[in-house]
Amino acid sequence: MWPETDRVKTLALDVQDWTGHRAGQHVDVRLTADDGYQAQRSYSIASSAGGPRVELTVERIDDGEVSPYLTEEAHTGDRFELRGPVGGYFVWDPDPGGPVLLVGGGSGIVPLMAMARQRTANHDAVPTSLLYSARSWEDVIYRDELERYGKRGDGLEIVFTLTREQPPGWSGYGRRVDRELLAEVAPADLTLTFVCGPTPFVEAVAETLVGLGHEPSRIKTERFGPTGG
Amino acid sequence: MEALRLDGNAAAGLLSEVFAAEVTTAVGTCDGCGSAEAVGAIHVYLAAGTVLRCPHCEAVVMKVVTDGERIWMDLRGLRTLELAP
Repeated sequence: MWPETDRVKTLALDVQDWTGHRAGQHVDVRLTADDGYQAQRSYSIASSAGGPRVELTVERIDDGEVSPYLTEEAHTGDRFELRGPVGGYFVWDPDPGGPVLLVGGGSGIVPLMAMARQRTANHDAVPTSLLYSARSWEDVIYRDELERYGKRGDGLEIVFTLTREQPPGWSGYGRRVDRELLAEVAPADLTLTFVCGPTPFVEAVAETLVGLGHEPSRIKTERFGPTGG
Repeated sequence: MEALRLDGNAAAGLLSEVFAAEVTTAVGTCDGCGSAEAVGAIHVYLAAGTVLRCPHCEAVVMKVVTDGERIWMDLRGLRTLELAP
């Protein structure tokens, strides 16, 4: 396991009899206390398909039941229950039929990162824009890897917007995702969009994209709660 | 406080205990308004049980309750569920 930001860690899991997964899928993690009390949460898989391990990136929610354990107390060698891979709707299709837009808010980047990694692993040439909204540069998960991806020149464009605090000399976006920003970032002939983040973020982005004339059925969303992790 | 709205992806693990086919890409037709949507796009509210509501008319299309051993499903709000096994 390794830190991604102050609040976010990635755990690499060896899963018995893992059947493989598709980018965008998640797993349900179930913890059982000594007294039998159980808590279960869903976490997106961060790694691309085909790897030997399943990587989960987990943001610590201070009053949560599962994420404080996974980010603060879990140690290499610990075992816990998983169900999955789960989901088939919010997944990267190797042949989406045209340009793709990925929009992530906060730790909503995780399943989109699996998609970006999958795209890179497959040498997929489909034009793809990844728009990542984070509070500050310190809150950006996978920062170095995303910057590398953005410089590869293989049709994957990485766009950051930092909503609360920007580093000195920041030349990128510094505001919440709005209509103008989406219009600028969305590739021409946009075919498919994946949006993941907190519910209000996802719904605002999806509604704005529909307002810009994009077909609702071509906008796939995955909402997650701001609390309870 | 309004329950937190999620989507069908949040119910995928639970529903995978019931259905042999992938359920988030299954298409459910709302008995209230007749709209057809992939289960992944249907609104989900998590409370004591899992409640799925039509994203167009907000009618309840599915209720799922589990005690960890058994699962109860109320599908009265669903006209059809089209799965691709």
